[in-house]
Amino acid sequence: MSDRTNDGSQLDRLPATADERVVEGRATRQELLDFWDERYAIAPEIFEHYSFWEKGGGKLWAFRGEAASPLEAEALGMTFLRTRQEHWKPTTNAVQRFGRHAGKNVVELADAEARRFVAGEDQPIDWDGDWGYLIAAHDLAGDVEPLGVGLFIDGELRSQVPKGRRRELIGGE
Amino acid sequence: MDVLERYEPLVDDFRAFRAACERPLPSVVRVNEIKATPERAMDALDDEGVAYEPVEWHPGLLRLDSTSPGRTWGAYHGWLHGQEEVSTLPALVCDPQPDERVWAACAAPGGKATQLAALADDEGTIVANDRSLGRLSALRFNAERLGVTSMAVTNRDARNYSLKPFEFDEFDCALVDAPCSCEGTIRKNPDALDEWSLEYIDSIAATQESILRRAVQATRSGGSVVYSTCTFAPEENEAVLDSVLSAEDCRLVEFSCALETRPGVTEWQGEAFDRSVRKAKRIYPHLNDTGGFFCAKVEVGG
Repeated sequence: MSDRTNDGSQLDRLPATADERVVEGRATRQELLDFWDERYAIAPEIFEHYSFWEKGGGKLWAFRGEAASPLEAEALGMTFLRTRQEHWKPTTNAVQRFGRHAGKNVVELADAEARRFVAGEDQPIDWDGDWGYLIAAHDLAGDVEPLGVGLFIDGELRSQVPKGRRRELIGGE
Repeated sequence: MDVLERYEPLVDDFRAFRAACERPLPSVVRVNEIKATPERAMDALDDEGVAYEPVEWHPGLLRLDSTSPGRTWGAYHGWLHGQEEVSTLPALVCDPQPDERVWAACAAPGGKATQLAALADDEGTIVANDRSLGRLSALRFNAERLGVTSMAVTNRDARNYSLKPFEFDEFDCALVDAPCSCEGTIRKNPDALDEWSLEYIDSIAATQESILRRAVQATRSGGSVVYSTCTFAPEENEAVLDSVLSAEDCRLVEFSCALETRPGVTEWQGEAFDRSVRKAKRIYPHLNDTGGFFCAKVEVGG
């Protein structure tokens, strides 16, 4: 098999920079660090000990451990970012894991809004910042905790929480 | 057929054992310290009005007074993971450290493997394997919800597992939480014994021995392998240890455990086992009001 295309059965480590890129269109480590820094103000140092991998086209993984590339495995670390579309989209789980380091594009939801968000509902919100993928968060047990990713467009926050992660929480109205 | 009857010679208070097996288990969750401290997780439960009681022997375990622990904020955020009290024991015995390489040979659905990752501060390398692709999807879902980033997931036969895909050629420790006849889960699954047969025990014991042997071979000298099951059957516990002790370069070692336990048995139905199997621990449901369990710690390169 050529190593110049994406192979759905194996994970390939991302090239460090465009100069080392072999698979056309594949994101680089540097582009990925820049994305988190520019979009959410998460400092590149947060990811210092992580390696980044692609399995299939446009599905990126973050891994903190030892592995050789390419690797035939079902999973390596966590699915982290989708890069197939023009606008890159973080996963719910990546935002829950790393979103607390974000310095911008974080929208804090009130309790009732947060409950609607995790149930998968779209809702109008008061936000005068950028449109696009935001980190939705709420206040829980004394601190701000990231909930997941919402797409803010036309005054509405569209919950991107995948079906399997949605919950009807106890204690709501 | 009354399966549990066969264990009367092993259990000192058999009536209490039988009575405990008939009671349902309390709902227990483990706090996932990759995402939250036990204090913060308890604060969130307080805010939601969900009552709980900390488990005395393990600060990260809570008995919940709720029939829907999955519908709490803590569950949504991956701060809490439903895990039976006694099944948290083998990862604690492994005690993995940051930067260590750890093999979870039969890892799905992932309660113990994600606990291994958390114990190493999500800074080790946890290789979580299982033969069942269906059960692996549950493991992957759990690992991602709990924020585990240090785990590689593979779908292979543990009996002839190859480390070739990795950058290292041996593990620092391994956990063999073996497939078994599951008698000890009777409190959780009242139909756990419906499919019970001696033929199954014989065949699964051969598999258990092969997996444990492979784990010993794949672990560095001085490293440890933890063997656990949720069955009372000596054929699947002490007999497996006895065979592996004579076939591989390893020995059983003592380990501490805050739960009340009984030593491994050295005789069963006319067969005698290596005396060192007494270092293994049996946990009967009536001793601590938990499920049934078996756990042993093997040091490699005896």
